[in-house]
Amino acid sequence: MAGSGGGKGEGRFALLLLLPAAVVVFGVVLYPVVRTFVVSLYDITSPMPGSYPFVGLDNYVKVFQDSAFYTVLGHTMYFTLVSTFLELTLGIAVALLLNAPLKARWLWRSIVVLPWALPTIVNGALWRWIYNGQYGALNGLLDTVGISDTPVQWLGTPFLALNMVIVADVWKNTSIVVFFILAGLQTIPDDLYEAARIDGASAWRGFWRITMPLLAPAIAVVLILRTIEAFKVFDIIYVMTGGGPASGTQTVAFYTYLQAFSNQLFGYGAALAYLIVLAVFALAMAYLRLLRQGQMAGVE
Amino acid sequence: MVRNSSTASEILAVRPSRRGFLIGGGAVGLAGLLAACGLGGGGEQGAAGSGKGDIRALFMKQAGYSEENINEMVSAFQKATPEIKVSADFVSYEALHDKIVAAAPAGTYDVVLIDVIWPAEFGSKNVVADVTNRWPASWEQQMLGGAVATPQYDGKFYGVPWILDTKYLFYNSAHLQKAGVDAAQLDTWDGVLDAARALKSGGVVEYPLIWSWQQAEALICDYAQLLGAFGGSFLDDSGQPAFQQEGGVQALEFMRQTIVDGLSNPTSTQSLEEDVRRVFSSGQASLALNWTYMYGLANDPAESQVPGDVQVLQTPSGPSGRPGVNGSMALAVAAGSQNQDAAWKFVEYVTSQQVQEKYALSSLPVWESSYDDPAVVKTNPAVVPQAKKQLGDLILRPQVESYNAMSQALQAEIQLALLGDKTPQQALDDAASKASSLLES
Repeated sequence: MAGSGGGKGEGRFALLLLLPAAVVVFGVVLYPVVRTFVVSLYDITSPMPGSYPFVGLDNYVKVFQDSAFYTVLGHTMYFTLVSTFLELTLGIAVALLLNAPLKARWLWRSIVVLPWALPTIVNGALWRWIYNGQYGALNGLLDTVGISDTPVQWLGTPFLALNMVIVADVWKNTSIVVFFILAGLQTIPDDLYEAARIDGASAWRGFWRITMPLLAPAIAVVLILRTIEAFKVFDIIYVMTGGGPASGTQTVAFYTYLQAFSNQLFGYGAALAYLIVLAVFALAMAYLRLLRQGQMAGVE
Repeated sequence: MVRNSSTASEILAVRPSRRGFLIGGGAVGLAGLLAACGLGGGGEQGAAGSGKGDIRALFMKQAGYSEENINEMVSAFQKATPEIKVSADFVSYEALHDKIVAAAPAGTYDVVLIDVIWPAEFGSKNVVADVTNRWPASWEQQMLGGAVATPQYDGKFYGVPWILDTKYLFYNSAHLQKAGVDAAQLDTWDGVLDAARALKSGGVVEYPLIWSWQQAEALICDYAQLLGAFGGSFLDDSGQPAFQQEGGVQALEFMRQTIVDGLSNPTSTQSLEEDVRRVFSSGQASLALNWTYMYGLANDPAESQVPGDVQVLQTPSGPSGRPGVNGSMALAVAAGSQNQDAAWKFVEYVTSQQVQEKYALSSLPVWESSYDDPAVVKTNPAVVPQAKKQLGDLILRPQVESYNAMSQALQAEIQLALLGDKTPQQALDDAASKASSLLES
């Protein structure tokens, strides 16, 4: 826009156009980030105005002394690693399939987007029903196909429940991975594969030497997105398990919510929230670096 | 409850912009809400107002009065008091507390429905208004004791009781008949266990008992009722945890044993009250504890596969009696309301004896004399006689500021014992040590 050499009026017009975005960035992102930091320095125990003691970094110290924090951090890391890995692996596989010349390809592609279009809350409620040990569809299916007629309590024990929540999350979020990868696949020219074939390369080799390197940028972007989303997972857990059984599915975000809103420890909750922000920031930085390297590799 | 969990998405709804997500991620959403709360500035102190104008009320859509009932009450009030305009919002019980907290600094609501376990917290944190001066002295005599205790903390009233409830024992009479069990046997918990064994061995149902033992407040309600039956208490006279002693441990051992013996449905540890209702109404359980509302729904052919077979009894007695858990709720005036006089008028109206009697089928009145009124008895002839016996004998969960955190610790430890990962004694000892440190701070 500026490159077209506009006058003073045009510059002002440009500023005007940027204003809504600036308001959003400052109002919705920067203000809460600063404000949360301030709140985290006080021992605030009520939502109502009042004078609350300034405690400096005490809330942060408390977080690191809180044994429950390490437990929920462990759940969160497990959830993040496993769900992101599964979503990526499955997502790439499905995208490769959908990139092949299939009949009614548009239909398959629309079906794949459906889980992602479903609100997480609905998805959670759906899977809570599917997993129900008494009348759930999963036990019904296992019974019908003759695998097992003893009902399994899918959400009944802590570790199994965490894994089953991951499955529900993977079911929903693989869609978005498929779409990113599919977009990436379509930028790879067919002649590369043709040339490889002429040189006698197998399909497998073609996949590792052509597809994967050229997909690296798309993979990196979707990896960032999914890791960050998984790290702050909240709603699917709120709906499916309420953090149970025996706190086995509590994640950092869920724990933060409990402390801040159920227990009204706003200062402590703010400190926890701030640590999530820092963790996510670190993840994003690490990935952005990877992405840059990946692009370089892609160019080579 | 799953039914209306959209509030969770509302709470974390702030969608980060693309750049925002890179610098802060959606944690900003949570941070944003935290930032909106507390630290002065954000909120205003409440005001009496003119007694006219608009007020907004927050209710739950679950047990007790239905959404339809409440909307009818609102329009009747509107007709009688045209100078006050009421708008009503509904959330699930599970979202109610946090919605009240999140909305408090902005003074969004003038009237909020509060649970019996919240007056200590909301009163001391100035979330709801102290209405002691507005309470007519006569109410204390005219209302049942359990109702009067509901909005009370530290000698002050933080609301007016509105939903008076405890857990009753429901049974499927057709199932009992098939197994040759006499309903009179259900008078004690030992008798309930014998009945459950007979139902199981007779092949009537695989798991005769279903409970709301999910990691949630519902679990504590069931535990409280058993705790009372076994002679335990949550806190001792000095305010220290006492549930890790005899009666408390026996209650948990009882719960665990019913799972080990295959009498309790294993889904109990993932169930809330609505799940209990569903399993019971589908005929897959014969015995269950639940709130009053299950009676109507489990006998409703549109909602249940066993209509007509569902009977209700007072909670069974244990070695130390049969207190029911006080599961009542009250209507409170929000401390941040700018229109507290108008809010009070609305509260007075919907809690009045006349309105409560009209909707007695959904929720029993808090007014003592209603229980002798033939018109009221007629609305719910099965439950009223049981309620009359039970409502005089209710136990409260601890009235302490940090109740929620304490309850969470207890829920998690009880679940570990139910899953067999800890002995009941060990689990309760661990919960007690967490509770002690919470009570100190």
